Amino acid sequence: MAIKDLPTEECYIPGSAACPGCPATMALRIVYKALGKNTIMTVPACCTAVIESLHPYTSFDIPTMNIAFEAAAAGASGIEAALRKLGKGDTTVVAWAGDGGTYDIGIQALSGALERQTNFIYICYNNEIYSNTGIQRSGATPYAAWTTTTVGGKTEFRKEMGEIIMAHHIPYAAQTCIAYPEDMFNKLRKSKDIKGPKYIEIMAPCPPGWRFGMDKTVEMGTLAVETGAWALYEYENGKMTFNGKSKLLLEGKIERKPIEDWIKHQGRFRHLFIPKKDVKRIKAIKDHIDEKWERYKSCYL
Amino acid sequence: MTNVMINTGNYIAAKAAVMCKPDVVAAYPITPQTTLVEGIANYVNTGEYKGEYICVESEHSAMAACIGASAAGARTFTGTSSHGLLLMHEMLHWAALARLPVVMCNINRVVGPGWNIWADENDSISQRDTGWIQFYCSSNQEIFDTVIQAFKLAENEKISLPVMISYNAFILSHTSMPVYVPAQKDVDTFLPKRKPKWILDPDNPITFGNIIMPPEYEKVRKDMQNSHEYAKKLIVDIAKDWKKRFGRYHGDLLELYKCENVDYILISMGAIGAESKVAIDNLQKEGFKVGLARLRTFRPFPQDEILKLSKKADLIVIDRNISLGLEGAVFSEVKASLYNKSNAKVYGFIAGLGGKDVTFNDIEKMCKKVVNGKAKHVEWFGLEEGINLGD
Repeated sequence: MAIKDLPTEECYIPGSAACPGCPATMALRIVYKALGKNTIMTVPACCTAVIESLHPYTSFDIPTMNIAFEAAAAGASGIEAALRKLGKGDTTVVAWAGDGGTYDIGIQALSGALERQTNFIYICYNNEIYSNTGIQRSGATPYAAWTTTTVGGKTEFRKEMGEIIMAHHIPYAAQTCIAYPEDMFNKLRKSKDIKGPKYIEIMAPCPPGWRFGMDKTVEMGTLAVETGAWALYEYENGKMTFNGKSKLLLEGKIERKPIEDWIKHQGRFRHLFIPKKDVKRIKAIKDHIDEKWERYKSCYL
Repeated sequence: MTNVMINTGNYIAAKAAVMCKPDVVAAYPITPQTTLVEGIANYVNTGEYKGEYICVESEHSAMAACIGASAAGARTFTGTSSHGLLLMHEMLHWAALARLPVVMCNINRVVGPGWNIWADENDSISQRDTGWIQFYCSSNQEIFDTVIQAFKLAENEKISLPVMISYNAFILSHTSMPVYVPAQKDVDTFLPKRKPKWILDPDNPITFGNIIMPPEYEKVRKDMQNSHEYAKKLIVDIAKDWKKRFGRYHGDLLELYKCENVDYILISMGAIGAESKVAIDNLQKEGFKVGLARLRTFRPFPQDEILKLSKKADLIVIDRNISLGLEGAVFSEVKASLYNKSNAKVYGFIAGLGGKDVTFNDIEKMCKKVVNGKAKHVEWFGLEEGINLGD
């Protein structure tokens, strides 16, 4: 699917309260185009709870139910069960949550819904922080990144949510990125037609949270993939497939760009360069990504 | 056709819930609620329950799933107890503010630590301000009837609030009693299919629960309060309708028992409420002029009815809960109902915490102490002396 061939219908409609350059809104446009109007979405506490606009208005043209922070997957379970019982099983049920609501506070409900084989799509838009509350560390925040709760830089590495999801052996899971709308669209469209639990995580670089210009969102997404900090892949019926540039990286057909190419644009890593270069921590980031790709190669090549 | 079913409070609640034909049940096990969810699971197995049964991974998710299902238009039911109820706390507020008619049984159990699974009402009393309508039952028959009535109440367009039916751990949850079970068709006539005012519907896409500014939010709260006020009337109407159809009646907001020509009225609820009837019989036989007003609803609280009682008698309140730093919760509410409008004296007892048995003998002793002018304003009944609580 090329961008020019995407459906013209827009369910992400004017009136949004998103920041300029917001990756979540870019992703939502594609999500709605891929899934169509016969969709119900539940949203826990996250930026989208603001983006969707003020009561009694909305910027979403699909039915949306807000739910408590840790409860997206459980709320979706209830919606899905009700629709099935009420003879509306053809409606796609989506839980749309941030990384805080997915990696941290919502992981229990998510794991439960996946284990119960709930027929829904769980989408995590991952901006690697609690951005709605003002840039605090989450389980998805990378090592050394500044947040308001890791002022000198985070001292731990992020958890590999994709691998946690895979351990549930669900029919379909994927990682994508806002910089690759066709990849995102294809994965969402594919997930729509698969029965059972589906998990899709979207890398979503956040301008105010990561401290880069609002015109750089797509570029930050592209570089996340090109440096190997993020991978595009699909896990389908137990089989792992890397996609796009991530596939070429895995097969060694292109080289990963140096991680500095990505982090130097982001104010959250500024302390690694100013006043002087923190060689040790930059190397730790690089080594961690190297290890991850060695693992990918040994497991999935 | 009416059948008699002899079973425990939990199995009776399961039977009542299934006869209401909920579309979705989402529940998580906790002692002493377990036999309730097992009861429903058995009905799934026999095919008597045809709805969806979600075995969630926590009580928080149980209520979240009920919220999702209810918003999608389903009739929903769940049950919990004690720590499970407390884990749900956030979602209890959510269900009420989202105006979703979820019905739930709560088996009143002690809150830990230390671990203790016996009867105590502090679990549900501490959910007082969540916006849920709260019933307290005194018999398995009342559990059965109230579960069905609760759906009718919750789903009324002018109410649109969740309803909690509480009953004491083991004393009711695990005690068998005979219960009259009406024919399914008669329950169906009494309780037609849910007709929600709004649902999550792709043909009519609406965003629920987004950001709301202070003046609008305040209106939401006022509307909920209006619904609670209206519930005071509707609970009575539904109880009357039930009596007409099925011949059984457990009282309105209060059940008045032998309150004619008395000088004192005892106010109690739950299992102690049932035990109080025996005590009142004995007291009146002995010439003590004490009647009983058994509290059926804690929210909405029957302020007017209690004020009316206070015009003809002094009041004695037994609480199986304690609002630490103040007093028993019912005691507080009763006094507030009288404020500036009645000169009646109100005596409060804390009794049966931690599941300690409260017998009719005990209740008689408490009442006699008041009648004989020996009672203090508020007392802990039967508190064992000599326990070193640390000094």
